[in-house]
Amino acid sequence: MNNINSSDLSVTKLIEKSLEKRNQKERYFRIYGLSSLVIAVVFLLTFFASIISTGYQAFIKTDIELEVFLDSEVIYPNGTKTAEDLFFVDYDSLIFTSLKEQLPELKNRNERRQARLILSSGASYQIQNKIIKDKSLVGQTVSFILPLDDEVDMYLKGYVDTESSENSRKITDFQIALVENLNKKGLIHKNFNTTLFVSGDSREPELAGILGALVGSFMMLSITFIISFPLAVSAAIYLEEFAKKNMWTDFLEVNINNLAAVPSIIYGLLGLAIFINFFGFPRSAPIVGGLVLSLMTFPVVIIASRAALKSVPPSIRDAALGLGASKIQTTLHHVVPLALPGMLTGSIVGMARALGESAPLIMIGMVAFVVDIPTSITEPSAALPVQVFLWSDAPERGFAEKTSAAILVLLVFLVLMNSLAIWLRNKFQIKW
Amino acid sequence: MYWGIKKMMSIIALSFLLITFLNFRAGRSKALKIRENTTIHSLPEYYGYYTAFWFLIPVTLIGISWLFFSESLITSFVLSNLQKEIVNFNEIQTLNFINGFKNLSEGRNITGEISLLLKEAASLYSYFSTVSNTLLIFACLSIGLFGFYISINKVSSVFQARNAIEKYINYFFLASTCIAILATAGILFSVVFEAIRFFGLVDLDDFLFGLKWSPQMAIREDQVGSSGAFGAIPLFVGTILISIIALLVAVPIGLMNAIYLSEYSPSNVRAYAKPMLEILAGIPTVVYGFFAAITVAPFLRGLGEFVGLSISSESALGVGLVMGIMIIPLVSSLSDDVISAVPQSMRDGSLGLGATKSETIKKVILPAALPGIVGGVLLAASRAIGETMIVVMAAGLSAKLTINPLDAVTTVTVQIVTLLVGDQEFDSPKTLAAFALGLTLFVFTLVLNYFALRIVKKYREQYE
Repeated sequence: MNNINSSDLSVTKLIEKSLEKRNQKERYFRIYGLSSLVIAVVFLLTFFASIISTGYQAFIKTDIELEVFLDSEVIYPNGTKTAEDLFFVDYDSLIFTSLKEQLPELKNRNERRQARLILSSGASYQIQNKIIKDKSLVGQTVSFILPLDDEVDMYLKGYVDTESSENSRKITDFQIALVENLNKKGLIHKNFNTTLFVSGDSREPELAGILGALVGSFMMLSITFIISFPLAVSAAIYLEEFAKKNMWTDFLEVNINNLAAVPSIIYGLLGLAIFINFFGFPRSAPIVGGLVLSLMTFPVVIIASRAALKSVPPSIRDAALGLGASKIQTTLHHVVPLALPGMLTGSIVGMARALGESAPLIMIGMVAFVVDIPTSITEPSAALPVQVFLWSDAPERGFAEKTSAAILVLLVFLVLMNSLAIWLRNKFQIKW
Repeated sequence: MYWGIKKMMSIIALSFLLITFLNFRAGRSKALKIRENTTIHSLPEYYGYYTAFWFLIPVTLIGISWLFFSESLITSFVLSNLQKEIVNFNEIQTLNFINGFKNLSEGRNITGEISLLLKEAASLYSYFSTVSNTLLIFACLSIGLFGFYISINKVSSVFQARNAIEKYINYFFLASTCIAILATAGILFSVVFEAIRFFGLVDLDDFLFGLKWSPQMAIREDQVGSSGAFGAIPLFVGTILISIIALLVAVPIGLMNAIYLSEYSPSNVRAYAKPMLEILAGIPTVVYGFFAAITVAPFLRGLGEFVGLSISSESALGVGLVMGIMIIPLVSSLSDDVISAVPQSMRDGSLGLGATKSETIKKVILPAALPGIVGGVLLAASRAIGETMIVVMAAGLSAKLTINPLDAVTTVTVQIVTLLVGDQEFDSPKTLAAFALGLTLFVFTLVLNYFALRIVKKYREQYE
């Protein structure tokens, strides 16, 4: 009796001991799971912190306020007052005259040259445009807000290490002193960077903007939606409502699923070989980009639309068919309207993916340097994600913050599109 | 002037739509008139649709095919008219010439001086464009109106318009499905033809098994390395190295994420974690690439200096890490699907026998879900192999045959991009090599995807 009791006890002990171990393992496993989630969260936070911290300053730009005397002798040197003359005026000298008034300490040529470089090379265009708009300004002293050179801009935003040796940076000690002097006089202002949103690409960071890329991306997305949504929805209707289950349908299905997983760069090769080389479409044009993105989005929308059609209960179809509607009438009048919110949601998600896609666009030549804002779908154009790629490659430091700013704008658009999709889903989705 | 043409085109397009509407009215009113005396088969609208359809569809078909073929046709007309003058142009000169006269006739600025020949070509080009535009309008109008004439004559009391329309709609559905096949065929044609031309210049064996990749062809024949080497093994090794690093990051984290979210997490954690993973999945790859190049690579290099290792600033490790983070959501959502497809009865059975939750997961759920998880991992691998932007922005350019993750390697996609961006020499093995790489990439990912999708599908059917 005693014997059995003691062995019983040892078994219980053994089990208790192993139970402790097992519970320990259970806790560890749980911690692994939680930490994997934490890693993802930490990454996401680092990611946003890094992008925002490099990019937020790009939404601000530094300008200099100068009273420029629009000397009619400089503007109309021949005395003739024709409009064409205005394109050939040395506006830089006008600006420099007024800058010299603010900086009387400039002594020799070298110092004057350095002072000239404080202003952006785009400053003269601003004056030119204003005069062309209003010719009566000639002869008056007008106050202008002019852009500063990107290196000065970087210095004022605190990116330049003034302790480092002068040779290792692009802004000289003398220029820094001049800028500080101007700053003390209250001539340098920080404004919201409208240039970023109203101009196209430029070689100068302070003049570069994303409007061209935005317009190009918008054109491509419109083409993508117009082409891929109706076609993909019809294909989904065919596969879900009409196709009989046979080899042919199986083949189609495998085909579509594979297309959805083909690397995007392959679609770029298709665009290059077929649309550009074979059909002779223009390079870097939104029409080609739109066609390529439509082909890419097509399978994605089909898969989403099929899921939406599947979720419509068969009783709807049975009721319509029972009342004498034809198969097409049942589908188009009853099933599709009910599935439409789901289809739209899926296609917006697909479009958001297309908006962020850059590899196929690079293949069809959208990496070209395009300054002009495109006005038609056959003109060369940039695209927002490709603009990010181009700027990230640029050596000037000013483009690094521009890249982050463009990324932020891109992310804002993606968030907007996805929120629209979620809103549509919540508003119109019917729980059966 | 160019703007004027565009305006005219939109006016013409609008008037065609107006004619379509009028045709609809005509068909419908004829049906209504017939209905006054006798019965008709379908609702009057269907007769309207029928007549409108027979106008609009031929017009659209002609318009679309014109859009695709007119440009190359007009160009070849211009070139054949000027055959004598350009007989000794080489391919690049011809292409420059074509671009030149197109830009000139459209009033864009062109660089370089404008020769007389170019001017003549430009005027020929705009002449042919006008002719083709006029022809297009007349062709569309006459064929469309002919279609309308035939169809309105068919409208009668015995004609079954609805059935006809439904048949057409059915055809349209079928045709849109076939676009999927067209796309696949397009991909195959675009890469296969150029790849075949490439393999005419470079041996297939040299390409698949060569150990040296240096596609830069020298300009002079006698220069060192003038032949260029097209051995793709270094690219394959680089691609696989980066993909393996990415999978080593993504699979454990993604899988544990899925397990934690589906088996352990309280519902409020799940409510926050799911959208977070969706955000991660929605970030464009170009942004990941920027992050890899600007933040991760310098961090790793600094870390390496601190520890005393030399880590290249384009190291496979950094690229693989970021790519791994990119595919975490993919692995996580696919595993989540398969884990929740495991029947609850299996969990209950295991828990009922006294297993702890983690034992149930490790010994019952994961083995049951394994085929699905393997399918998901294969899909993730295909995604990693085909990923372009991250590697283009953060990986190296020079093809080095190494499996050291701290070294810079290059990948198939990086090489495709570098070979095709910038000025292309047509027909040079350098350009064609990009298509051969594209073909390899396509075939490889196709096989991976096919098996992955089959495995996942089989697995789903098992528990349904």
